Formats: sequence, structure tokens, C-alpha cells
Amino acid sequence: MDSLIHARGLVKRFGDFTAVAGIDVDVRRGEAFGFLGPNGAGKSSTMRMIGCVSPPTDGVLQILGMDPRRDGPKIRAKLGVCPQLDNLDIELTVRENLSTYARFFGIPRKVARQRAAELLDFVQLSERGDSKVEPLSGGMKRRLTIARALVNEPEIVLLDEPTTGLDPQARHLVWERLFRLKQQGVTLVLTTHYMDEAEQLCDRLVVMDGGRIVAEGSPRALIEQYSTREVVELRFAAESQEPYSEKLAGLGERLEVLPDRILLYVFDGDAAVAEVQRRSLAPASVLVRRSSLEDVFLHLTGRTLVD
Amino acid sequence: MVTLVLPRLVSFEGSGRRAASVTERNINTLRSMYWVVLVSGFLEPVLYLFSIGVGVGGLIGDIALPDGRLVGYAEFVAPAMLAASAMTGALSETTFNFFGKMKFMRLYEGILATPVRPIEIALGELAWAMVRGVLYSSAFLVIMVAMGLTTPGRALAMLPAAVLIGFAFGALGMTISTLIRSWQEFDLIFSGQFALFLFSGTFVPATAYPQWLRWVIEVTPLYRSVDLARALSLGPVGWTQALDVLYLVALLGLGLTVAGRRMTGMLCK
Repeated sequence: MDSLIHARGLVKRFGDFTAVAGIDVDVRRGEAFGFLGPNGAGKSSTMRMIGCVSPPTDGVLQILGMDPRRDGPKIRAKLGVCPQLDNLDIELTVRENLSTYARFFGIPRKVARQRAAELLDFVQLSERGDSKVEPLSGGMKRRLTIARALVNEPEIVLLDEPTTGLDPQARHLVWERLFRLKQQGVTLVLTTHYMDEAEQLCDRLVVMDGGRIVAEGSPRALIEQYSTREVVELRFAAESQEPYSEKLAGLGERLEVLPDRILLYVFDGDAAVAEVQRRSLAPASVLVRRSSLEDVFLHLTGRTLVD
Repeated sequence: MVTLVLPRLVSFEGSGRRAASVTERNINTLRSMYWVVLVSGFLEPVLYLFSIGVGVGGLIGDIALPDGRLVGYAEFVAPAMLAASAMTGALSETTFNFFGKMKFMRLYEGILATPVRPIEIALGELAWAMVRGVLYSSAFLVIMVAMGLTTPGRALAMLPAAVLIGFAFGALGMTISTLIRSWQEFDLIFSGQFALFLFSGTFVPATAYPQWLRWVIEVTPLYRSVDLARALSLGPVGWTQALDVLYLVALLGLGLTVAGRRMTGMLCK
């Protein structure tokens, strides 16, 4: 198996705090691999270790068959990194951001200029080439950061929350560009806490929580394993939803009471709704929907807010 | 022109090449308003030379060197201004600018995602501070020669000395930047820098101070720099100047090592 990223028992500690508590990961060539998890799950720490800017505390980590502790510069030459927060060079123009960055990889000037032009075209920023970075919108900056990550024609592109903070139009444009990269055979590794993003982009993903991997598989497989086919959301007019949970007993595989609604995890949503009506419970609103990765995520990592 | 020549001069494979790419990045920013900074950096020592060296010097008249020779006050002050401007140029680049790039522009985070390593960033930034320093120093030396404050031959010997002074202070500044936490603490650096500027035998020979203060003054880096520059400008050159050179080389080595280590610790957690 052609494993570009290979980790066994990978650990990252900062003093007493354990950010990554021993994870096993294999990323294959050409796939889009996702790290999902709430804030503080250890996603970014993992990404920084893979990016060879943060030495692992313990465990095995191999990237492109090399050891990051020893071959950092060699590995980084073949990686493209799009960090969580844009760190573009505000003293340079949009175009110079790409051509100057290429020089850090030792790419000849002529090639650097040519590649900058191609990439500006790829992320639809050609018209802004001579503008400074500052006046660009959030979406444009993100696209420029992605273009910058591609300047060395990397084998693996690392994207840490690539669409956080973008408006829907900008998100879809970024997704579409990433999808095209994947089609070109580039291996993508991304972190996200947007479930729709993971479903859109990832062939395979792991769900992280508290520095550990709690589930692994394709989005579809995870939904099948950890959730039901459909979810019925019932909203009752009463102050508290709690009394209804008893009356709904036996309906579906799992039932979850939230402050404002009750979720029924069922195979057949319409059949469940019919049964609710037969028991003459009258919910104020009913919604039948497909189970999503979000259901899996909340089931695995809980609904408690983590900061 | 500089963009084309400089990186090629230092185009060794690996570390040298990567450090040069960091310097090149700074040269690219010159196309913006950076030249304003350059002009002001050049003007500062020239203004001091005219106001104090020529202006105040007119009131003071001649001044005695340690070996008893009398020289004009402007001749006495000019090499010190050269050393001080090499210090100022190097420090402003490696403290204020370097700190801003590291902490606020988060420029180095982006660069470290490439094959470039922290020590190579430090080297590249230092080389850049030197490009600036050499520009200031050369211009200042031209003025010194034009005013008859030194001979062209001596001026040529002073240029590499100014470069060394700049390198040493640049490495020192970089170390300070990795230790500092906030902009407010820069006020302390500026105060320290100004104290050095005033007391390092720049305007008054160190022999004018009480013995204990002389000891303090003579171990400061700017005193050693002024001593070196003044000896090269007015003569005679002896073992003391070899000590000055050694001192500055040691400061450079130490500063660069500490700065590289601290940067790795801060940026590659």
C-alpha cells in the first residue's frame, strides 16, 4: 500500500497538556483525507506535526517515506501548507506573494513568475495580481493562500480549516478548486469542523476528540455505523420536551431529547411519523431528513461546548 | 540590479541559498515605500555630523587623542557616527522590523512551511540588515572623504569594519527580539541604544569619565566599535583593534546561535 503519511502512536505534549494522545493514521496517495473534531481535539497539532514544523513528542511519523525529525526541509519541499489563519505577506503584492514564496523552495525566477501567473488564474485572482494583500476580501485571501500552497507543485496539500469564516459563495468556490486538485491526483489532507465540507471533499476521515481518534471511515460508512438512515425532528409546543420522550418509547433505534426538540433516529422516517400520529401526539412541527455526518459527529463527540 | 546580483553571490546549495531567498524577499518589498526608511537611516548620522561635529565642534576647537595628537572635533566625531549608524541601521532592522515580522505579520510561520529553517531566516534577515548598513556606511564614508575628515584609503578600510559592526549588532538585536514580549519593551531597547550612543566615546573620549565608569563603557559593544572605526580613520592601528574585531566576531557568533535556537523554540513548538 502506498502510504504517504504513516503515523503510529503519535503523541504531542506541551508541558503537562497532551494535545495528541497516540493516534494511528495512514493517508494513501491521491485521496482526500479529513481530520474532524471540535476545537481542541488535536487536529491542528497533528497538522503541524505532519507539516514538519512541530516535532512529535513520541511515536512513529513518516511522511513520503521520510522522518520529519531528520528530513524536515526535504519533506517540506514536497508539501503545500494552507494554515488556519492566513499569513500572507502584506508587504508584497498578490503576484509577488506567489513568486517570492516560490523562491523559498529554490524555484528559478522565470519558472516562479510563470507559475504565479498560472496559479492566479487557477484561483481566479488574475485581475488582482498587482494589488496589495490588505484590501482583498476574506475569500480572496484564502484563495491566494491556497494558490501559495501549490506553488511548489506539492505531492500533499495540508489544509487547516480551509473555509472557516468564508461566505457560502467563497466556500463553494474553494471546494470546487480543491475538488479539481484532487482530480489532478494531488493528495489532500484537511481539518474541518464543517460536516458538509467533510462530506463534500473527503474520501476518508477520522473523528478526533480529546487528542484521540474516536472513529474512522468514509463519510457514508460512518453514517451507517454510527447513525440511522433517517432522522425525525419533532418539536412540541410544551415548555419541556422531556415528558414526550416516554410516549415516544420504542420508536426508532435511538432518541435524543434537546431543549427545543426531540430527535428520533429511525430507518424509515415516514413510518415513524405515522406512528407518532397513531399515538395521537401532536407535535408543533415535524421534519424528516437524511442522517448526516453532523449526527455522527455530535453522537461521538457530544453536545457539550468545548472551548 | 541588487535583486539579480546578491542572491547569486551567496548561491551555495542548501542553507546559503535558502537564507538568500529570505534576503531576496526583503529586497522585493523595497518597491514599496521602504526607500523612505532608507533615506532617513542615511540622514541621521549626517545630521549629527553637521550639527555636533561641525556646529558644536566650531566652539570646541581641537581635541587631543590618547597619543597626544590634536585633531579637529569633526574628525574625532565622524568615525564614531559611522559606527553608531552601523549600529542603528542593524538594530532597527533586527529589533523593530524583525519582531513585527515574527509576532504580528506572522511572516516566518509562512516561510517555515517551506524548506527554509529558522537559522536560515536569521541569516537572511541579518544579511538584509547588512545590505542596508553597507548602503548607509558607504554614503557616509563618501561624505567623510569629501569633507576631508579622512583619506580615501582609510575610508576603504573602514567599510568592512562598518559591516562587521553592523553584523554584530544585528545578531544582538535579533537575540533581543526573541526575548522580548511586547512593543512596550522596545522603549527599553531604545533607551539602552541611546545611552550607548551618548557614552561610548562617541562625543567625548572615554578618558573624560571617572575610572569605574570607564570600565563599564569600555566593555560595551559600541565603545569597541567606535574604537575600531576611529583607529582606522585617524590611526594608529594596534592590538587593541584586533581585540575589537575579536569582540565583535564573538558577539556575532553568540547572537546568531542564541537567536536561531530561540526562534526554533518559539516557531517550531
